[in-house]
Amino acid sequence: MSVLVYTENWGGKFKKLSYEIVSFATGIAKAMGSSVTALSIGHVADEELKSLGKYGANKVLNVQDDRFESLDNKALADAVTKAAENEGAKVVIFAHNNEGKAIAPRVSVKLNAGLVSGVMGLPVSVDPFVVRKKVFTGKAFANIQIKTDVKVITFAQNSYEVTENPTDVAIEAFDPQIADNEFNTVIKDTHLITGKVLLTDAEIVVSGGRGMKGPENWGGLEELGELLGAGMACSRPVSDEDWRSHEEHVGQTGKIIAPNLYMAFGISGAIQHLGGVSSSKFIVAINKDPEAPIFEASDYGIVGDAFKVIPQLIEAVKEMKANK
Amino acid sequence: MKILVLISNVPDTTTKIRFTGDNKAFDATGVQWIINPWDELALTRAMELKEAGGVEKITVANVGAKITESTLRKALAVGADDAVRIDAEPLDAYFVATQLAEVAKDYDLILAGIEASDYNGVGVGGMLAEMMGINSVSAVSGIDLENGELKIHRDIDGGSQVLTVPVPLVAIVQKGIAIDPRIPAMRGIMMARKKPLNVVPPVDAEARTEFLSYELPAPKAACKMVDEDNAKELIRLLHEEAKVL
Ligand SMILES: Cc1cc2nc3c(=O)[nH]c(=O)nc-3n(C[C@H](O)[C@H](O)[C@H](O)COP(=O)(O)OP(=O)(O)OC[C@H]3O[C@@H](n4cnc5c(N)ncnc54)[C@H](O)[C@@H]3O)c2cc1C
Ligand SMILES: Cc1cc2nc3c(=O)[nH]c(=O)nc-3n(C[C@H](O)[C@H](O)[C@H](O)COP(=O)(O)OP(=O)(O)OC[C@H]3O[C@@H](n4cnc5c(N)ncnc54)[C@H](O)[C@@H]3O)c2cc1C
Repeated sequence: MSVLVYTENWGGKFKKLSYEIVSFATGIAKAMGSSVTALSIGHVADEELKSLGKYGANKVLNVQDDRFESLDNKALADAVTKAAENEGAKVVIFAHNNEGKAIAPRVSVKLNAGLVSGVMGLPVSVDPFVVRKKVFTGKAFANIQIKTDVKVITFAQNSYEVTENPTDVAIEAFDPQIADNEFNTVIKDTHLITGKVLLTDAEIVVSGGRGMKGPENWGGLEELGELLGAGMACSRPVSDEDWRSHEEHVGQTGKIIAPNLYMAFGISGAIQHLGGVSSSKFIVAINKDPEAPIFEASDYGIVGDAFKVIPQLIEAVKEMKANK
Repeated sequence: MKILVLISNVPDTTTKIRFTGDNKAFDATGVQWIINPWDELALTRAMELKEAGGVEKITVANVGAKITESTLRKALAVGADDAVRIDAEPLDAYFVATQLAEVAKDYDLILAGIEASDYNGVGVGGMLAEMMGINSVSAVSGIDLENGELKIHRDIDGGSQVLTVPVPLVAIVQKGIAIDPRIPAMRGIMMARKKPLNVVPPVDAEARTEFLSYELPAPKAACKMVDEDNAKELIRLLHEEAKVL
């Protein structure tokens, strides 16, 4: 019996999410008295694979097969299913990101398993298996029981601490034996965002709304973002107007993020906007309207003109860094 | 090409969420129901493809009780050719996908939203594809139809891709698939009354998950205010008190 965790890689490397999700899997395995197997598909060096042992993985199944580079959803689901069967996995865990959302539902059908997506933190109980997640786009939480013998879940990023749990980890080559005709996704073009902090990975996010008045006014926010090593975000009208790239749009119809700190400048705090950021540990609002709903969702606020506030913040961050 | 657009019937996005009976069930009293925003955009894109030629028919389908018919009529008013309602209370994503698998067999392209804005299950599209034994592409942000072949744009973590996959196919759509949802015009609303809305009985299926209870988020402590002319204090608080800098 084991807990199987799907650990994707980015150009052969793991990132914080990978360690977070392995820590989470280890937490579940402890509660169930079972072991943790990680599944890695792609070219990841042994040293990198071994790093998963630091967070509690007992075994890593290593699939090296270039055909999976097309991220064919059907073939990937078949491969994960074979690994789960191979390991007698009772719980299969994916990240609640593009790849996890694509594959987990398929795998749940193949394994006759119930699925819950976007699970936050460890299960409330493992027998019965009850997990907690957000519903109604962040407006409420639900406790959900998975009633099947095998369970598939996707894990909400930043809902569990990266926890060290040094373990002797065995790396095993694994061939799920997927036939060529199972792969029929053909990639024509790939565009990778480089040189920027990815919004979904960012621990600090600097975000601007319509109150910023126009794309020419983002210089200060970008400078602040750079100083803080932050990801940049915006409200929907800002991306609709093409003031900023669509990749930065957060909210119910954009990206859903959970950084440690979300700083909103000139954003009113519409319910659809908050749906995408309400899991942030701290929210800071700068808005000239004291009645703006964003203040109700915020931990710290300044009622004032963003254009007066931003230069002061930049100066203060520079001073803070100089004193460190 | 025939397109099936899956329609989830959800509370309007501004609905104040309440629960009844010891927080065991969602309180639907006074709720305004809408087409799930992603499904509305999927339907919009399906209409655009049809207008460009190459699409014979667009059907919309929902698993739901009679109250969802007004939502399906709205989809017909936007421009779908016909509608199917599978007459069952949707119990969970697995139950819903099982019901849809039968209806979906006759279509080349099936469009599902990435998630329903009520239960946020993120399940129906992928499950349906697996049940039908066909492929799926998730995080789809664009679909073009060129010489009968689908060209699909999808987001990956840290970028985007253009790809092709043969039909039949389930495309699970998100931001970008269409910009502004189509709003039904008067003529559309009139025509929708005459379009077929077929009600079919459910197949036997069980839910695999059960919602035990709900909670509303704890009210947030009051926001700590900093003076506009002393904004540096904010950085000190974030550094020393919140310890996030
Ligand atoms: C189905 C649906 C889905 C949606 N999804 C999303 C979504 O995913 N994300 C999203 O963001 N929105 C979404 N929206 C839109 C949402 O309802 C709001 O319209 C939007 O969030 C408002 O953006 P904003 O706060 O930038 O602009 P506004 O609401 O116009 O707010 C601008 C704010 O800036 C303040 N301001 C003005 N000047 C200054 C200044 N000099 N200094 C400081 N403050 C200033 C104003 O007081 C005001 O509060 C959705 C809407 C619907 C119907
Ligand atoms: C009174 C009532 C109570 C309910 N209680 C629960 C409950 O306790 N737990 C629960 O999980 N669900 C419940 N539902 C059902 C819920 O509304 C969903 O239809 C179902 O759970 C699938 O939601 P999801 O969030 O998993 O969908 P997702 O997988 O997030 O939806 C993705 C996409 O699948 C398609 N889709 C989703 N649902 C349907 C549908 N019904 N018909 C056609 N296409 C669809 C849409 O394209 C949607 O964009 C209840 C419904 C009603 C009317």
